[in-house]
Amino acid sequence: MIALDDLDRAFLRALVGDATLSAGELGRRFGLSQPAAWRRLKRLTEAGAIRTRRLDLDREALGFGVTVFLGVKLATKGRVSLEEFERAVTAVPEVQVVQYILGAYDYRLRVVARDLADFERVLRRRIMTLPGIGQVDANVLLSEERLPGPLG
Amino acid sequence: MRLDDTDRRILRQLMAEPDLSTPELAARAGVTAATCWRRLEKLRERGVLKGQQAVIDWRALGYEVEVSLRVTLDKTQPRAFEELIAGARQIPEVIEIQTFLGQVDLRINLVARDMAHYQEVYRERILALPHIADIEALMHVSIIKANEGLPL
Repeated sequence: MIALDDLDRAFLRALVGDATLSAGELGRRFGLSQPAAWRRLKRLTEAGAIRTRRLDLDREALGFGVTVFLGVKLATKGRVSLEEFERAVTAVPEVQVVQYILGAYDYRLRVVARDLADFERVLRRRIMTLPGIGQVDANVLLSEERLPGPLG
Repeated sequence: MRLDDTDRRILRQLMAEPDLSTPELAARAGVTAATCWRRLEKLRERGVLKGQQAVIDWRALGYEVEVSLRVTLDKTQPRAFEELIAGARQIPEVIEIQTFLGQVDLRINLVARDMAHYQEVYRERILALPHIADIEALMHVSIIKANEGLPL
């Protein structure tokens, strides 16, 4: 675990807004020399503070009008069935996110589709045919906002 | 915007590895660097490619607990959504707010340092939010897939 100071938090907030900012640009923005900004960025990166980068695409402009979250319960449990399910679900191109959770469901999936008819096709052909799948509950995403959380 | 196969190939490669340089991206997509650069410019101009965001690894920053709270609202209150969302935005541990059409009205995603910290946020802040009819917690155990790519 890495301890953050105010400037680290400001760096991370800026990178959450734009991951392509260079050390020079970050330095100018926060009043640091380029080498100082570079050292700070390197320390944050080496500590694993940034898990990955996400491409911000206009889903609607690309024809993906519907995002649905599915809560999935497996019908059969055991190590083999979890692994089999995870392998199969990861390979479905419409499934963007797979999270293993504790609570009323085993997995939470984020699924994109062109429209509701397309979603129905994905659900029937790709989701309901996954190995070990049991009860599924669906919620259509209306809006989402991401917040800086503890970096704010 | 209508994409052709070249645009799709470029976007697919970029989704898989957002930090590729333009020449590397061009090589993987099988186009010249000049074509790749022009296509990317056009995708940016049209607002299809909005940018890149860093995704924070909260565990690396000492936030071991991540919980999704699935909230059902008291819909007899006409301003229930707005007031609850406005309240949730003020809680520093909240990293995401989503609204849905389905059994669940709203999902609040939050991080906490440990279970004691989570308990404190849940009792002091979350349960103090207005118009909650029902609330269910899902604890995130692991992320199996999270590229959020689109099936182009």
